[in-house]
Amino acid sequence: MLESIELECVRGDRTLFTNLSFSVTAGDLLHVRGANGSGKTSLLRMLTGLMLPAEGQIQWNGENIRKLRDEYQQDMLYIGHLPGIKGDLTALENLRINSAFNGLEISEEEAWNALGQIGLKGREDLPARALSQGQGRRVALARMLVSKAKLWILDEPFVALDTRAVTMLQTVLAHHLSRQGMIVLTTHQDFSIPDVDERILDLGQAEL
Amino acid sequence: MKIFTKAYWLQWSSPKTFYPTAGKMIPWFMISGLILTIIGLYYSFFVAPTDYQQGESYRIMFIHVPAAWMSMWLYFVMCIYASIGLIWRTRLSDMMAGAIAPTGAIFTFIALWTGSLWGKPTWGTYWVWDARLTSELILLFLYFGFIALRAAIDDPQRAARASALLALVGVINLPIIYFSVKWWNTLHQGASISIDSAPTMAATMFTAMLLMTFAFWMYSIGIALMRVRNEILEKEKNASWVQELLRDGK
Amino acid sequence: MIALLRWVIWRDMVLAMRRKSEVLTALLFFVIVVSLFPLGVGPEKNTLAIIAPGVLWVAALLASMLSLNRLFADDYHDGTLEQLVISSQPLAVIVFGKIMSHWFLTGLPLVLISPVLGMQLGLDSDSIVILLLTLLIGTPVLSLIGAVGAGLTLGVRGGGVLLSLLILPLYIPVLIFGSGAVESARTGLGVEAHFSILGAFLVAAMLLAPIGAAAALRISLD
Repeated sequence: MLESIELECVRGDRTLFTNLSFSVTAGDLLHVRGANGSGKTSLLRMLTGLMLPAEGQIQWNGENIRKLRDEYQQDMLYIGHLPGIKGDLTALENLRINSAFNGLEISEEEAWNALGQIGLKGREDLPARALSQGQGRRVALARMLVSKAKLWILDEPFVALDTRAVTMLQTVLAHHLSRQGMIVLTTHQDFSIPDVDERILDLGQAEL
Repeated sequence: MKIFTKAYWLQWSSPKTFYPTAGKMIPWFMISGLILTIIGLYYSFFVAPTDYQQGESYRIMFIHVPAAWMSMWLYFVMCIYASIGLIWRTRLSDMMAGAIAPTGAIFTFIALWTGSLWGKPTWGTYWVWDARLTSELILLFLYFGFIALRAAIDDPQRAARASALLALVGVINLPIIYFSVKWWNTLHQGASISIDSAPTMAATMFTAMLLMTFAFWMYSIGIALMRVRNEILEKEKNASWVQELLRDGK
Repeated sequence: MIALLRWVIWRDMVLAMRRKSEVLTALLFFVIVVSLFPLGVGPEKNTLAIIAPGVLWVAALLASMLSLNRLFADDYHDGTLEQLVISSQPLAVIVFGKIMSHWFLTGLPLVLISPVLGMQLGLDSDSIVILLLTLLIGTPVLSLIGAVGAGLTLGVRGGGVLLSLLILPLYIPVLIFGSGAVESARTGLGVEAHFSILGAFLVAAMLLAPIGAAAALRISLD
């Protein structure tokens, strides 16, 4: 279970949110909403452990993630704004190396399958530079298919995807939830996942 | 006892409590610094005897040596505050580290400047690559690096933590640098004259030097507190207690 | 851990090989700077031989510093660095791998070409061997120390100039003992002490610098 307790986020001398508490349990999808600059990405980065909250703490199965560190990172998959894809590596290499950095060695065959499933059949061996923006996003998203993480943290996963890819991504998300996974995501797009009640966390309007 | 409780100590780390207390302390440090300077200078110029080798020119030592001591001591204190800020994430210690740096850099500069003024009549040149002068110069670079990194990063949290880490790297390296420079200096001894040939010290000379050191020390604390107060006001400008303070015009 | 190191090094090598120009920049810089000195101080053989150790070492220092900017910058801009920082693998090991491949690509070529430049400046063959060895031990230390600075200045405006201000003072001990060894060899003195100290620097830097650089990266991504 992911639990955040009285989080406060300060950027520069602005307080973006304060006293933010929520929890995510197995099978939950938490949709973080809010205007631009309301601190959505900051919240997600806090949940990954990249950013330290100004106040409060984040717990994973009852323990502070700063204490757990590696144990928590193993259980978590984060796909951020920046895809984390190297233009000079092929889609296949990108996927394999990104998984390896998370302690998950996947065989070439698994990688081929995942890329095929996400709709990159025939493009596995192209340098990522040669792919379109949407295809590049798919290489990043392919990590979800090979990942064994319980908690997925996704920042705008639907950006730059066409309708077919959006549908497919929704299926992938639904599958993950049905396996008792957890998802925290932000998006400005409409999406629907059948049989899942999506919980909404609204960070509201940004103060100007 | 109240002073043994954690809460008692924690309250001093809150900018709100610290601001008025620091305000009350500043005059004391500044005035004692001034008085010590006057006595110290009197000792330096009128009580301490004329040196039989160097005549009167050696008297610049009474500024030079205390400034050099302070430059090193302040770097050390700055690193302690920086590491406290890095480990316990206390804003006040970050501010203290940042407030000490300019004063430390100024004392380093004074030490170099007076050193070179002293060098002219003594060795006939403004600059010698003496081990101590060279290390002092490198110390000045380290101060500059700290100040520049702090200034270059926009986010105050990140600036404080990054510069704190840099200060720690610097303090680990400082002895290595000093030792290397000293070694280098003995290797190339022929050309230079060592500062070690300073005159044997009379008791009054030592007193004068101590007085000046304490004077500089008091001044450093006073000025650092003033800088921290300014920074508190700037960072907490939206806090209610600052608003009240400004309204009351104090 | 070894597997992780292998992945990091493999990745950075492949990336560099697919973009060869960047590997050569530091090397060319080194060659050009050294070649400028005879033009500046005159072609007199003895003078050149006297300044050669210092010139070669200072040029190596600058070349290594110049290339450091790129150590984390690409990973920072495409988001890979985020993934590395939150990976379940020890960040210090990943950073160590990156520094190793960085040195292999920018430091080692410089070491290998140094004998040619040493000859150009009129160093005798014994001194050239010593020069090669000191650079071989010393340049990894430069990369290691520099990595901390590179981590701290990530994404900071004016990062390149700032980086030099931060790390050049820290390079001084390596410079002193590196060029000191060549100087001693040239004048026929012993060099063992220099080498043991340089070796000690290398061991200490290998242990501490990756941890420092990892901490710097965490701060920079906060």
